[in-house]
Amino acid sequence: MSDDDSSPTPFANARPWLLLLSVFAIATCGLVYELIAGTLASYLLGDSVTQFSTIIGVYLFAMGVGSYLSRYITGDLISFFIRVEFLIALVGGCSAAFLFLMFGYAASFRIPLYTVVVLIGCLVGMEIPLLLRILEGRFAFKDLVSNVFSFDYIGALLASLLFPLVLVPRLGLVRSAFVFGLINAGVGMLALVMLKHHLKTSGRGLWITGCATSALLVLGIIKADVVTEWGEYAAFPDPVIYAESTPYQRIVLTRRRDDLRLYLNGNLQFSSRDEYRYHEALVHLGLSRLPEARRVLILGGGDGLAAREVLRYPRIESITLVDLDPAMTQLFTTQEMLRQQNASALLSPKVRVENQDAFTWLDTPRGPFDYVIIDFPDPSNFSLGKLYSTTFYQRLAKAMSPNAALVVQSTSPYVARRSFWCVDATLRSCGFQTQPYHALVPSFGEWGFILAARQSMNEEPALPEGLRFVTAEVIRQLLHFPPDMARVDTEINRLNNQALVRYFDEDWAAYLH
Amino acid sequence: MKRRRFLQATASAPALILGGCKAQTITGSIVGGAQRSGHILRQGGPLPTPSRTEKTDVLILGAGIAGLAAARQLNAGKHSNFLVLDLEGQPGGNSQGGSNEVAAYPWGAHYVPLPGPDCREVREFFGEIGLIKGHDAAGRPIYDELSLCADPQERIFIHGQWEEGIVPNVGLTDAELAQFQSFNAEMDHWRTAKGSDGLPAFTLPADRSSRDPDLLALDLQTMGDWMTTKGWTCEPLRWLVDYSCRDDFGGTVDQVSAWAGIHYFASRHSDTANADRETMLTWPEGNAWLVKKLAEHTTDRIRTHTLVLRTTTEGRQVHVDALDVRTGETTRITAKAVVCALPRFIAQRVIGGLQHLPGPLTYSPWIVANLTLDELPPSPGALPAWDSVVYRGPSLGYVNSSHQSLHPVPRRTVITQYDTLCDAPPAKSREWMLTQTHEQWCERVFRSLAAPHPNLRQHTQRLDIWLWGHGMIRPEPGFITGTTRAAMQNYQPPVFFAHSDMSGLSLFEEAYTRGVHAASDLTQWLT
Ligand SMILES: Cc1cc2nc3c(=O)[nH]c(=O)nc-3n(C[C@H](O)[C@H](O)[C@H](O)COP(=O)(O)OP(=O)(O)OC[C@H]3O[C@@H](n4cnc5c(N)ncnc54)[C@H](O)[C@@H]3O)c2cc1C
Repeated sequence: MSDDDSSPTPFANARPWLLLLSVFAIATCGLVYELIAGTLASYLLGDSVTQFSTIIGVYLFAMGVGSYLSRYITGDLISFFIRVEFLIALVGGCSAAFLFLMFGYAASFRIPLYTVVVLIGCLVGMEIPLLLRILEGRFAFKDLVSNVFSFDYIGALLASLLFPLVLVPRLGLVRSAFVFGLINAGVGMLALVMLKHHLKTSGRGLWITGCATSALLVLGIIKADVVTEWGEYAAFPDPVIYAESTPYQRIVLTRRRDDLRLYLNGNLQFSSRDEYRYHEALVHLGLSRLPEARRVLILGGGDGLAAREVLRYPRIESITLVDLDPAMTQLFTTQEMLRQQNASALLSPKVRVENQDAFTWLDTPRGPFDYVIIDFPDPSNFSLGKLYSTTFYQRLAKAMSPNAALVVQSTSPYVARRSFWCVDATLRSCGFQTQPYHALVPSFGEWGFILAARQSMNEEPALPEGLRFVTAEVIRQLLHFPPDMARVDTEINRLNNQALVRYFDEDWAAYLH
Repeated sequence: MKRRRFLQATASAPALILGGCKAQTITGSIVGGAQRSGHILRQGGPLPTPSRTEKTDVLILGAGIAGLAAARQLNAGKHSNFLVLDLEGQPGGNSQGGSNEVAAYPWGAHYVPLPGPDCREVREFFGEIGLIKGHDAAGRPIYDELSLCADPQERIFIHGQWEEGIVPNVGLTDAELAQFQSFNAEMDHWRTAKGSDGLPAFTLPADRSSRDPDLLALDLQTMGDWMTTKGWTCEPLRWLVDYSCRDDFGGTVDQVSAWAGIHYFASRHSDTANADRETMLTWPEGNAWLVKKLAEHTTDRIRTHTLVLRTTTEGRQVHVDALDVRTGETTRITAKAVVCALPRFIAQRVIGGLQHLPGPLTYSPWIVANLTLDELPPSPGALPAWDSVVYRGPSLGYVNSSHQSLHPVPRRTVITQYDTLCDAPPAKSREWMLTQTHEQWCERVFRSLAAPHPNLRQHTQRLDIWLWGHGMIRPEPGFITGTTRAAMQNYQPPVFFAHSDMSGLSLFEEAYTRGVHAASDLTQWLT
């Protein structure tokens, strides 16, 4: 108390420009966090206008709450202000990193998102009122208010220019947040230096907090790459919003505006813009011609998009989805935005998910299933090649009812013509009659599928409502192969020759070089 | 947590300082302990006397492939009252396997080439166990593809990287290439050639090959000499043929006969619907998979840990004294007939009244190492195959037990390294083998694979060694066509003989066929 009394005007020995610089810095930081949260939300959740305006609305409201609450703070205003600065430095600085990491794990990403926004908003809302109260008496009230608010607005202007022009392109979201966190910490420490005589404590605790926070943020700046896998920004055409390495593969999601893409080990699995073409073609050509089908098996397809199409048929009683990677099915079961893609198919009571290797899963007697959808990655290596082998199809046949059909995604008949017809030859060698077809999926190119059954199937499709691509007329076209994709003679793919992997390698190499 | 780490660190510090640069020791042991019980026979001196007696119709001595094939054959007929005795802890003999929490792996024999039409008995067996699933329109067998070696089958480490296949044909000069071509042409010829008696020149079982004297004459010279007369002297080709001889017979081109050497390349006549001629049948546990199938219906009559001490024939009865190596108890089992499926060098000691053989039997010593790895360390070039061979390497390379696995990402695995001692006379090598410590064997294994895998030690979690002192009979010049082997074919009821030693070629097909025939001869004699 005596300290306070002996020096009745805080900042008495500080230069005014330093004060105004602090206000300016605080203001810039405050707006940057808001912009970061808004951008991140539209990256991750899409639909940028709504995301942005709701984030800004909530943020402003939280700021109001913060300044209202500031009235209840009495006593050691200065150390409280410094604490608030450090807290903003910590929460705001780590916000982008935290949200990126949460995206994969939180069932609903909006909960951590809005929690962070509200927290930062509240804290930022307290800053200016607190500062005004600390500076009371140092300046005439009208000068004080006008100075503080002009610098607040100039700071905001700077932030809004800096953000799109420098920060996002140069530093990226995660690193920008860390940098601005460091600025907040700096303001806190500056206050600590200038106002040390007005503190009611020794200030040691505050110094430790400040240094620890700064150290953490510096570490964050250095290690930001780890959080976002910086390299992936370069490797993928669109901003990476999620990346995870599982024991089986690397899962990466990218998003540009409303185009959400999934990559497994760097290979595109779907683009939300045109995946309906792929999945409608994959599912409906067969299933619409199996009026008796009740039980469906999906192998691969952990994204739940094929399941979504199957669920369009009310007569389907059960779907068993076998996907190797629990991380995949988990992600597409719980993550809100991904659930939107598959219409929460994996949460349907008709769907049962089994996380096992399909080959080993079929080792035990299963089924019988009436329709089998095989949506494995392309046969680009020996372990995947095994899933396209005679042995695999023979095992699968044992799990199928007599009138059942199966469909296999079979890479591009245009690019990898021999690979495509090798899958066909392999299926026919296992006693299936096949119906190869193809569809144009712009993000993939010309894509091929093979429908196979032991008995001939109904000719007339009974298609469900609401399809955007497949119609009876379109089906007729898809079955037609122009000369540049027409059948070629190939070997049969067996475990002991891996013919398909060898074709696939050569076909794609020839196309890419 | 931290405290414990600290304690561990300080505890290991003195070891680090004292140990200097010495690498950490690898866990594991030298297995194949049955060798020790075998010594009871070799030591001479008085054998234990029986304290109990038992009776059975037929006794089969040895539960190797030949013994088990005989048992399976008897079981299918009316003489199913039999017992099989073996000194090891499990049946299989040279075709045993093991397993741990990571994988099943072989301890000896690990593959069978696709049998040709002359291998009738083997093909029939393969049909019965579902290995041959049917025949195509052309009558060619269709194999269960899970048992066909998954592609890629082999790779060779040459010029600093792995190449697919096992033929060292990288960077050959024109002259060398010409030698390879002429060698291959000659082997293609022998593969289809017939002798003057109309029989195939080289086939399996070996005794179904032609008796054409011109062909049999090839048995009198070494493979190496024969190759020299043919002008096949270039290093890569010599290495390939030498490797093949060591791999199949445990002897170099200069130790095995030309007949045996050619037989290796020219006896595979398989005509298969769903695989090419070079494809092998293999399983994670090697031929122990076949052992399991063979013993399927007779397990209840197989008595392991039982050392056969001696047999005595008394009229139409045979007494067999057998020692239970766990209890030390000896039993006299009396039977109407016996199938002796023991290696011949042991049969010579235990079968009462057996004539001396006119010549010596040469057995190659083998060393098999099973390494449990946290992962197969990546190395440049072709991807992992079933069999990985280092060109001009000191050992025969290794097979990967998870190669046949369908699971997409096996990380931990067991590899089995094969090594045969050819440099010194076998007896010397056997003595030397017994002087080596576990660490010395580890060192030898790591050294032999150092070119492709310099850090193998760091990836090895466990390394076990099996020493096969008398691993396999070696077809030295003159042995296949000579009097010693001929003498081994003659046997008198009530004791029938079956073992791959009698063929001079230590192969599954030989052992199996001999077992089946001994059993049917015995059945005929009994009725
Ligand atoms: C390291 C190694 C690798 C091989 N790899 C292959 C391969 O890949 N493919 C192939 O075809 N062949 C291979 N072989 C050859 C193998 O020997 C044969 O395939 C086959 O297993 C031989 O069977 P067998 O019945 O003739 O003899 P054995 O396996 O020798 O059977 C004899 C049995 O008699 C038992 N026995 C011995 N003495 C006594 C006694 N006194 N009392 C009781 N029991 C006794 C033994 O324990 C053994 O079980 C390999 C051999 C070795 C050593």
